[in-house]
Amino acid sequence: MKVSLFITCIVDSVFLNVGISMTRILQACGCEVSFPPQQTCCGQPAFNSGYTDEARDVGKTLLEAFQESDVVVSPSGSCVGMIHHYYPQLFADDPHLHQAAIDLANKTYEFSQFMVQKLQMTDLGARFPHRVTYHPSCHGSRLLGVKDEPMQLLRGVREIELVDLPYATDCCGFGGTFAAKMGEISSAIVEEKAANVADTLAEVLVGTDMGCLMNIGGRLRRTNRPIRVMHLTELLLEGMQLGRGVKA
Amino acid sequence: MSTTHGSTNVHDRAQHALADDFLRQAVHFTTDRLRYKKQAVTGEFGNWEAWRERGRQIRQHTIANLDYYLDLFTRNLEAHGAHVHFAATADDAIHALREIATAQNAKRIVKSKSMVTEEIHVNHHLEEMGIHVVETDLGEYIVQLSGETPSHIIIPAIHKNREQIRDLFEAAGGERLTTETRDLAAFARRTLRRAYLAADIGITGCNFGIAETGSIALFTNEGNADLVMNMPKTHIVFMGMERILPTMEDLEVFAHLLPKSATGQNVITYMSVITGPRRQHEADGARDMHVIILDNGRSRQLGDPDFQAVLHCIRCGACLNVCPVYRQIGGHAYGSVYPGPIGAVLSPLLNNGEQYQDLPYASSLCGACYEACPVKIPLHDMLVRERQRFVASGRVKPAERAAFQAFRQLFGKAGRYQTTIRIARRLQFPIAHDGYIRAKIGPLAGWTMSRDFPVLPKRTFRELWPELTRKGNGRG
Repeated sequence: MKVSLFITCIVDSVFLNVGISMTRILQACGCEVSFPPQQTCCGQPAFNSGYTDEARDVGKTLLEAFQESDVVVSPSGSCVGMIHHYYPQLFADDPHLHQAAIDLANKTYEFSQFMVQKLQMTDLGARFPHRVTYHPSCHGSRLLGVKDEPMQLLRGVREIELVDLPYATDCCGFGGTFAAKMGEISSAIVEEKAANVADTLAEVLVGTDMGCLMNIGGRLRRTNRPIRVMHLTELLLEGMQLGRGVKA
Repeated sequence: MSTTHGSTNVHDRAQHALADDFLRQAVHFTTDRLRYKKQAVTGEFGNWEAWRERGRQIRQHTIANLDYYLDLFTRNLEAHGAHVHFAATADDAIHALREIATAQNAKRIVKSKSMVTEEIHVNHHLEEMGIHVVETDLGEYIVQLSGETPSHIIIPAIHKNREQIRDLFEAAGGERLTTETRDLAAFARRTLRRAYLAADIGITGCNFGIAETGSIALFTNEGNADLVMNMPKTHIVFMGMERILPTMEDLEVFAHLLPKSATGQNVITYMSVITGPRRQHEADGARDMHVIILDNGRSRQLGDPDFQAVLHCIRCGACLNVCPVYRQIGGHAYGSVYPGPIGAVLSPLLNNGEQYQDLPYASSLCGACYEACPVKIPLHDMLVRERQRFVASGRVKPAERAAFQAFRQLFGKAGRYQTTIRIARRLQFPIAHDGYIRAKIGPLAGWTMSRDFPVLPKRTFRELWPELTRKGNGRG
């Protein structure tokens, strides 16, 4: 299957290893992976702050980048949620762009959603002998509706010890510009999340959105709680290399 | 507006709340209980999503045809002998209240819980007239004694613990009390019973007005509304104009949705439906019944595709109980009568000025409110639409506008984006340590006050991409 990466600005600029891991997994699953370089960002920071014109101009880079793509896969439920739920209305006043937005929404998947729904692969032959807890990010789980797919992939990993995160579905306090604009409130929320993560005694916190993981990870690091923070793709690739299941 | 701190913005008020451990513990404790009870009761009940959808449909239909149903409701109320007063503004509602109170020569009034009366500050106006008002809902009574406003739509005194409540009751009654629930409730019961007997007027809110019968439906757990509306000779109902349901059958749906969503109760303890004042052959009920129907900014939302659905709200408070922001700062920090996600949406809509325009930003847009809402109001989307209107009407800070214009320029083309990252990589150099930034500089300060921020690595993914493809498939 031909797959185009929508890598997201945060993975492109900060969390390269997530991009590498996702690429390797998709390749190992037989996908022909491409990276259309016109893409920048989904425009969500501007959109959520009320700047629709600004969001539209940035979002156009995605419409252009993925025009020719069959399937688009992204390591973020939030950015994919932006495309699914808001692009059609964001580009509603231009018939050409509107159609492009609908087409893009129809062919864009969050990583775990793609693996489970499209490739129907939940067992990647991975082995990960660690105590792990999972934080379901709000946009991916609530707005995009990808609730069980990440857990299906994690349950397919051998020797993993999955522990429930208390108050798992509560927001981590990231919220994009909210984290900076309402720093004190966001800090109080993320401290509660970090404390809950620490209470599980997990060695690893795994998630599907780097915004949230950067937030929780930043708090864990500041408070000297030595818990490794990983994107689902990173955990799976490491597990695949350890387990030598699907060739990765 | 709020009794708390008098600060003018949510940011400053939140600081106060965040420093108050009592408050936050009390809010955590109660919202946790309500959430888990709701989860249990809706799970046991079954088909919750179908009930929510039914609730949404009924509310959507009612609000879309509000003129028709309000007219029907009014005609039926009047046919049963009630007096109906339409109040376009808070002032009009207070004026109607004053006229009734003056005509009755009222000295004492008892009230059951009503957010609409909070919205228009009924107690304040009555006290100005020299009328003694007593709140009879236990939570409202506590808040009244402490000189505060409710900090939750359903649990007005959610921010108070039992020690604080005992102290308030001791001060009010001049007697020693323990912190036992039984003791505290007994004190309130003794005190409030005297108030019911002495009152000239009873004021209630209205959970639902039933259009086809002209009835008022009231939900309480303490039975206090029944005493308030039946014992004094005059009963005044305050209601928002959107609080209508077409039929008794619709009320059945909301008799499920409201208590299950609000407090996780399967059924409410007292659901009372009254239709008009006391009739000749009847033994109880007020002799006069007045219904004051308040607009106060609500009708402005009718016909607005972005915000009409806010009128679907049934004031259950479920969105407060799941909101991560409300959980940390409680209700008073919102500085508006309606706190939490619904308050952040509603307050700037009902009040056109700039007073509440920071509230839509007090949200991480996590969508928990939408998921909890029994009538599926997309509150998270409405918060964004309010921000859009502030941007469109120029009600934002110039620095913020400039930042997003720069974002548009720099992220609008891949080449400029790549250059931006390269420059940022160099600029971060002096403040980066060990792969992270802790410096509280510029817009980063809100983040770095509590969290480390990762530095930009030497390369972007797109710079790395040629290598990834050269090495080809199958290598990790």
